[in-house]
Amino acid sequence: MKRRKFDVAAVPGNTARAVDDRFQVATPLRRLLNKVFPDHWSFLLGEIALFSFIVLLLTGVFLTFFFEPAMTEVIYNGSYAPLRGTPMSAAYASTLDISFDVRGGLIMRQMHHWAALLFMAAIVVHMLRVFFTGAFRKPRETNWIIGSLLFWVGFLAGFTGYSLPDDGLSGTGLRIASAIMLSIPVIGSWVTAAVFNGEFPGTIIISRFFIAHVLLIPGLLVALITVHLGLVFKQKHTQWPGPGRTNGNVVGERMFPRYAIKQGGFFMVVFGVIALMGGLFQINPVWLFGPYEAWVVSAASQPDWYVMFLDGSTRLMPDWEITIPIGEGYVIPPLFWPTVVLPGILVAISLLYPFMEARHLKDYRSHNLLQRPRDVPFRTGLGVMALTFYVILTLSGANDVIADKFQISLNAMTWAGRIGLLLLPPLAYYVTYRICLGLQQHDREVLAHGVETGIIRRLPDGRFVEVHQPLGAGDGHGELDYAGWVVPKKMNRLGALGPAIRGFFYPIERPAEAPVSPGHPPVEPRPEREEITSGENRP
Amino acid sequence: MLAGGAYTVLAPGAAAQENPPLSSAAADGKALFDVSCVSCHGRNAQGVEGRGPSLIGVGAASVEFQVSTGRMPMARQEAQAARKPEVFTRDEIDQLAAYVQELGGGPVVPAGDNLHADGNVAIGGELYRINCSQCHAFSGGGGALSSGKYAPSLRPATDRQIYAAMLSGPQNMPVFGDNQITPEQKADIIAYIQQTLKDDGDPGGLFNLGRYGPSTEGVAIFLVGIVALVFASLWIAGKS
Repeated sequence: MKRRKFDVAAVPGNTARAVDDRFQVATPLRRLLNKVFPDHWSFLLGEIALFSFIVLLLTGVFLTFFFEPAMTEVIYNGSYAPLRGTPMSAAYASTLDISFDVRGGLIMRQMHHWAALLFMAAIVVHMLRVFFTGAFRKPRETNWIIGSLLFWVGFLAGFTGYSLPDDGLSGTGLRIASAIMLSIPVIGSWVTAAVFNGEFPGTIIISRFFIAHVLLIPGLLVALITVHLGLVFKQKHTQWPGPGRTNGNVVGERMFPRYAIKQGGFFMVVFGVIALMGGLFQINPVWLFGPYEAWVVSAASQPDWYVMFLDGSTRLMPDWEITIPIGEGYVIPPLFWPTVVLPGILVAISLLYPFMEARHLKDYRSHNLLQRPRDVPFRTGLGVMALTFYVILTLSGANDVIADKFQISLNAMTWAGRIGLLLLPPLAYYVTYRICLGLQQHDREVLAHGVETGIIRRLPDGRFVEVHQPLGAGDGHGELDYAGWVVPKKMNRLGALGPAIRGFFYPIERPAEAPVSPGHPPVEPRPEREEITSGENRP
Repeated sequence: MLAGGAYTVLAPGAAAQENPPLSSAAADGKALFDVSCVSCHGRNAQGVEGRGPSLIGVGAASVEFQVSTGRMPMARQEAQAARKPEVFTRDEIDQLAAYVQELGGGPVVPAGDNLHADGNVAIGGELYRINCSQCHAFSGGGGALSSGKYAPSLRPATDRQIYAAMLSGPQNMPVFGDNQITPEQKADIIAYIQQTLKDDGDPGGLFNLGRYGPSTEGVAIFLVGIVALVFASLWIAGKS
């Protein structure tokens, strides 16, 4: 009998052909796999948020297997001795079970919490990148709006998740949230009664927050993320200016195989960092907080970091109560301004910023090339100003911990926060603006006169001059045009687009050969470049 | 006439009665007091306006807390005396305590170094969260009060110091007398602090971030998480 020869090498090709015969996917898939991604590191910050969201989904699903979202009172009888025999809600008891009795439960809970903090942190860092480089400009305003909404929806996801364990700390947070809702004029009491089904805390809020936290909000997040990424695909990435990069193209690497493999690796790195933090750093030790009771409030009760700015604004707000003389007097409590009005203004400004800037600059063109922060001093200044404002509020949210641990008077911290909130942002704007102008000027100087060599020469008449190495051809006195990208400022970067020797931890000595295309003759290997050194030879 | 006679019989003979002589321990304590404490607390511990309060009636518990934690003698007048290495030996503290006790009475810490032997940590935890965590925080790490005052960390405190603090209400702490928190409940609270807060070993990881809650967790996510991942993205983007 003749044995059929089985050709292993032909398997992928045959499979692909079989798939394409049935589904006709080759053409769209080729477009997809050939999509070009820019290679600058700052484009990976958004991926950190995406990947931590995936970790959130995975760990969150695990937690739902064991969490019981109910406020029915039970007597704890698990393995954590200091709470045994204590009456508590089923939600808190099941959180303790996840922490102490479910195998791997504690690390899953901690990974989930760290991933949530990382998700929000990565969103903010990514947003700063997009803001400072002008990537939000036309045509990408929609994606900026979606990104801002992702922050606020993530904020809600975080807050509902923080409330679910029903421990002493999260109950305090929930109490504050109910007070914030109550402070809204006219509708406040109705809103609160609707959310809590009556008075705080009621018996239903954990179940409601649970379904919001595991279904509604993640559904919204998935939808927003899908549109966000879809728009990135449709509108393509922005890119830094540079040789060969124009407003009409994208320079980078193809999605398949290298970019996809790199992203797979990066996902593993993000997952690994979250897992390490979940294993090494204790987060939210709910067993110390005890079950929530209305009469238990601890010192240093703070929300998670992305909510802390609201805590800070509340702590800094003077006790200005507005009484409107209608009937027996209608009171607008001071809590209304820092926790409802302020975030409302922040949402509106962040959503509308792209349009406000375009209107201010009368610039309605499409921009696919990024701007260096130094080249747009007013925007960079505004960004640093907003960041200063946010950081002062966040620090004020922890001002009792700071006061205690650094032995500062709490009253002094409050006043420093109040004065700082008004004075420091404009100061930050001014300082940033001047730094941007200084950096711009130095770029222009290098383009005009060349790179500083560090060589001081004494002239016959006794004067000292510094020798500059001109960037341009000729005598070096012709001024070069600024192209919106990094100007070489060190001797050994001259003539190179990037670092002449690649590699992160150690130099890879030989640069990669250019790939040989079958249709074209082989490219001449590029001549070895010699690094300009101080004279010592690298071994 | 009869009322006057009855009054003469029953009324305390304020003028006539001499102070009872001090015991020998109290006499030694008075000698120490007259060297180290008198400048602020005044002669016969009657207090000096603007410098130190009267110690009549504060009891041995107060002396034990203030002197054994090194808070007294105070380094300088400020918002609150800080814990520091103690100046007096165990015996000297007992002598000072005897002196103050004999001056005007007051609360006394029961004998023994282990005051939580039969304490129940579950009850103690509940009492701790209701009565103590407002200032000393869930974790016992302490917290800020107004104008530079603070609730100190409970980590270095011994059983006797915690007991004495509850009895005497030092500095800004309220008094938790035996009619508010019974001696058994005090033992429960001390058991919770000593066994659970100090020795639970932080099941969540090697680093407990000081157990300050979300504020240090927020610092950690930026200093560890974001920094590590920004370096990772620099590294990965460099591999092209």
